[in-house]
Amino acid sequence: MWADTEPWRLAAARRESADTVTLGLEPPAPFVFDPGQFNMLYAAGIGEVPISISGDPGQRTRILHTIRDVGAVTHALCATPPGTEIGVRGPYGSHWPLHTAEGGDLIIVAGGIGLPPLRPAIYQALRHRDRYQRLVLLYGARTPRDLLFTGELARWRGRFDLTVEVTVDVGDRDWRGNVGVVPDLIGRVTFEPGTATAFMVGPEIMMRFTVRALLERGVPEDRVFLSMERNMQCAAALCGHCQLGPFLLCRDGPVLSYRQLARWISLREI
Amino acid sequence: MRYVLDLGGLGQLLAALRQRGFRLIGPVVADGAICYGEITSAADLPAGWTDEQDGGTYRLKRRDDGALFGYNVGPQSPKKYLFPASATLWRSHPPGTADTDDEKPFAFIGVRSCELHAIAVQDRVFLGGQHPDPLYAARRDGAFIVAVNCGQAARTCFCVSMSAGPKADAGFDLALTELTGEGGHRFLAETGTPRGEEVIADTPGAQPASPRDATAADQIIERTAAQMGRAMPAVDLRDLLYGNLEHPRWDDVAARCLTCGNCTMACPTCFCFSVEDVTDLAGRAAERNRSWDSCFTLDHSYIHGGPVRTSARSRYRQWMTHKLATWTGQFGTSGCVGCGRCITWCPAGIDITEEVAAIAADT
Ligand SMILES: Cc1cc2nc3c(=O)[nH]c(=O)nc-3n(C[C@H](O)[C@H](O)[C@H](O)COP(=O)(O)OP(=O)(O)OC[C@H]3O[C@@H](n4cnc5c(N)ncnc54)[C@H](O)[C@@H]3O)c2cc1C
Ligand code: SF4
Ligand code: SF4
Repeated sequence: MWADTEPWRLAAARRESADTVTLGLEPPAPFVFDPGQFNMLYAAGIGEVPISISGDPGQRTRILHTIRDVGAVTHALCATPPGTEIGVRGPYGSHWPLHTAEGGDLIIVAGGIGLPPLRPAIYQALRHRDRYQRLVLLYGARTPRDLLFTGELARWRGRFDLTVEVTVDVGDRDWRGNVGVVPDLIGRVTFEPGTATAFMVGPEIMMRFTVRALLERGVPEDRVFLSMERNMQCAAALCGHCQLGPFLLCRDGPVLSYRQLARWISLREI
Repeated sequence: MRYVLDLGGLGQLLAALRQRGFRLIGPVVADGAICYGEITSAADLPAGWTDEQDGGTYRLKRRDDGALFGYNVGPQSPKKYLFPASATLWRSHPPGTADTDDEKPFAFIGVRSCELHAIAVQDRVFLGGQHPDPLYAARRDGAFIVAVNCGQAARTCFCVSMSAGPKADAGFDLALTELTGEGGHRFLAETGTPRGEEVIADTPGAQPASPRDATAADQIIERTAAQMGRAMPAVDLRDLLYGNLEHPRWDDVAARCLTCGNCTMACPTCFCFSVEDVTDLAGRAAERNRSWDSCFTLDHSYIHGGPVRTSARSRYRQWMTHKLATWTGQFGTSGCVGCGRCITWCPAGIDITEEVAAIAADT
């Protein structure tokens, strides 16, 4: 269970921003996952960390992970040269309930490194576009230079069947778009709250305000889904680190509904 | 079936277990306490010793009846063997090796009812999920358990209120009750499994128990139950704690708690561990190790940007609500068996039953 799986090969690495890299990994056999699930990636001798899968679930032979370099393990992973073998265990965790969203509007809200875990859901929703009414993507980053997947964002913006709103905390000279925090975007887009479903990933504070804005507009608690983050060391519901109240996030999460989380995420230091 | 054996019979029983290839683990006096250690015969057992426990105190004392199991619980539990404090999960050289136990299976001697319940709790944690732990499974597999019904309760015991004792009710191969009064020093033995029955058959000194011995044993257990030093308040703990996550009592206990983590190390059900990857200096051989962790450390909740639970208040709350409430949501059982170790081994004498009572009294 720990590291006895066959290694994957790093086929390509692509720099997304100053601190973020997407690794295209080739599994030893076709790999099936659901949008929102994650893998444990092992940087040899340094450590193993949970990283969401950021690619298209229809693509089973090259599996993408988009990693922000924040510490020892993520640094080593971001610096891995193509051709290297990497230890991968997974997929783990719950997934975005795309079926729940069918028939109504789907609002996807991402902050910073929260966009990669949502991208597989976007691909999936676009593949079955007729199953949803409006499709809305709201995305925020610190600065324009921190925006991920910019080429793809531009292509998505060009589609008539997808609304994309992007904001940054701090603009620069060339920035013509929104400046401000992600939750403020909720008020700017049109959707039908009664049938809408929302998926979100971002810093906890961003998610708290986004949830509030969605509930105020009338989206029901059990149609708002968040992907939560805690320290995670085994991904097998054994090590105890990913507890959030009664949930073990590697097993019951990372994706949970606001109805399940409400009691807990209103508390500090839980 | 119930049998009776004298001291010689107990020696034969242990010999029969060794003969069957078990590694005997039992109570021994070590470091000023009764601990679990390797034993070879009944002569290694803590004859004539007892313990005196209360919040923040533990003392070994002599007793004059030569009882072998005349103490309550020490700082350790069978967790020391089933889930060792540190272990190697994986090694690159030789490829794919780990600390799986290719040694003989364990026979645990002197396991108390609360400890049987604690083993059942850890079985659920380590074996009951989608990804069973191979290390725990290897150590747990085939383990033989000789339980002992407690002949006395400590001032820190509250197993009755947790429905976890003092009588061993399940999870043992044999359960002994030690009788020292009239009729001589002897043990009433109850079999719990066919394996237990087979071992008794190999113990020539074991005789069918007389109704008098059986009654004497039952009375001892009843007396122990009546002696419980403490009790968990009889309230719905989940409702109580879920409803009081911001209660001022958490600040009160935080002012006393040193966040030393002793309670988590002594607890027979606590299972958190941390994983560390290491390499040799040349970077050729890599290893993945795990060791006990505690929710009282800052690292336990560390994520990029800083720990989630920085205050003592939030860490004590995490520990206690986990034990008594959220554990049920995670594993379908309480995380506390009422053994009292966290009370005895807390340097500040913090008492989980008293903390619950304080919140319950004010709700
Ligand atoms: C379900 C899940 C999905 C994630 N998906 C992504 C992703 O797609 N892209 C991405 O860049 N990051 C993701 N993260 C965060 C990523 O796991 C952490 O940034 C990473 O663990 C930091 O490790 P480090 O050694 O580089 O940093 P350090 O700060 O040096 O961390 C030391 C150790 O602490 C633990 N740790 C630190 N931060 C976190 C954290 N945020 N979450 C869990 N454990 C942590 C790890 O065990 C790590 O090895 C995800 C986290 C979770 C829980
Ligand atoms: S919480 Fe305390 S009383 Fe309960 S099982 Fe753990 S050590 Fe024993
Ligand atoms: S409750 Fe007691 S034993 Fe536990 S961390 Fe606090 S001071 Fe240490």
